[in-house]
Amino acid sequence: MLAGSATNVVFGLLRMAVLLAALESSPSGRIAGYDVAATVTYVWLGQGLLSFVVLWGDTALADRIRSGDVVVDLYRPWDLQWALAAEDLGRAAYCAVTRLVPPVLVGALLFPFRWPTPERWPVFVVSAVLAVLVSFGMRFLVNVSTFWLMDNRGVVALYGVGTSILCGLTVPLDFFPEWARFVLWFTPFPGVVQGPIDVFIGHGPLWTTVGHQVFWVVALFLGGKLALARAVRRVVVQGG
Amino acid sequence: MADAIYRKILHARVRGQLSYRGSFLLDCLAQAIAQGGELLVILVLFNRITALGGFSVDEVLLVYAFAGTAFGLSDLFAGQLNALPTYIRQGTFDVLLLRPLGTLPQLMASDLPLKRIGRVFAGLVVLVYALLHNDVVWTPWSIGLLVVTPVAGAVIFSAIWVIACSVCFWLVDGQELTNTVTYGSNTFTSYPISVYSGWLRRLMAFVVPGAFVAYYPALAVLGKPDPLGAPAWLGWVSPVVAALVAGLAAVTWTFAVRHYRGTGS
Repeated sequence: MLAGSATNVVFGLLRMAVLLAALESSPSGRIAGYDVAATVTYVWLGQGLLSFVVLWGDTALADRIRSGDVVVDLYRPWDLQWALAAEDLGRAAYCAVTRLVPPVLVGALLFPFRWPTPERWPVFVVSAVLAVLVSFGMRFLVNVSTFWLMDNRGVVALYGVGTSILCGLTVPLDFFPEWARFVLWFTPFPGVVQGPIDVFIGHGPLWTTVGHQVFWVVALFLGGKLALARAVRRVVVQGG
Repeated sequence: MADAIYRKILHARVRGQLSYRGSFLLDCLAQAIAQGGELLVILVLFNRITALGGFSVDEVLLVYAFAGTAFGLSDLFAGQLNALPTYIRQGTFDVLLLRPLGTLPQLMASDLPLKRIGRVFAGLVVLVYALLHNDVVWTPWSIGLLVVTPVAGAVIFSAIWVIACSVCFWLVDGQELTNTVTYGSNTFTSYPISVYSGWLRRLMAFVVPGAFVAYYPALAVLGKPDPLGAPAWLGWVSPVVAALVAGLAAVTWTFAVRHYRGTGS
């Protein structure tokens, strides 16, 4: 775990250096409302969020689908989607302590950092939990695609590289051109990283950000339910 | 004899990957996009600024293209070393030691992830673009430099990979630490080193010789003086640096393997 944090911190330092160099080259010393403190906070909170929300995707369910073990999951007396969501929230709670807090502390202790105003804290906590659920909704769909594809590694790989950019991890979405931002906020991706960060540093309209997340949690959950229901019809249990 | 064996092994690896063709193509695409991700960051930033660390967008793209191509090549041959901790933990490294072939070549041939070609391809496309948009003085020397740089860079990256992975013989679970210098170097070398400062630059540019992968050669190709004041000839010594770290990697690996103890069961 300590080694994992070292990687996380080095990448944080590299990303912070590039963004701060960009701020320095900007005549006003800020880009799209990001000053040095906001940029530092953005980078370190992002480094913390990425494993908290499992940004790059997972293959736990996909592996069980490929091996056929998913049959056992399906005839247990539970709703598979709810069970996995609950499991993911539990994982996130643990990750909050081990993965989310350490990089934030690195940023806060070593660099100019911007803490949220007191009334923003509870909203941030809500937004962070919603971020996990949005991410879960997307990962669930990616995993369920294995029912049709059998080998979904390509989809997972594509998802993993897409999320870093589309969720706003590598560069703040506010830096994007107007049209790209407009399109991106119609997708669930900003709700995973940029949303909670916006709430934390006080960027953009607070409740619109949270509303966007709530909408996508519901939409993705329903989408996942539908996809699973259709997929289950395809499942053939081999006897033996 | 060894040649024939490796040729057979690699041939089998290639055929194996092509059996799930759709997934393989998506994987290639994902690799190209992964490489393009950093490109997008550069383009988004330059949408807001005109220079980064004293370099224009086309100049940064040249640095990025050298780094990306070199890393893609290195990932193709050395990326398999990431599996080393598993070999050590499970004791299956014994098997490699029993065979009458070198342990390092065996590990490298344990997979030939052709999807990495997607990354190399993306790097080369940007390289061509950057060369067309910069004022490059075309001489036989600069052409030679262009060909040698990605290869020397790939050797440097691979040597870093081998040295960093050797740490796993002691730490066993040191994979993430290894990633810091391997994947970290990829990110680091994609930008001019004038972007970074302090100990981070000293560590990643000179201790890990990242500055010789793309930065100094790019300065030489562009005929641009180093904003940090380094002499111009540094752009021409990457092959020498590559040979030195490769030698160091060989020594480190031999020393590390000698340290290996099987699990005993």
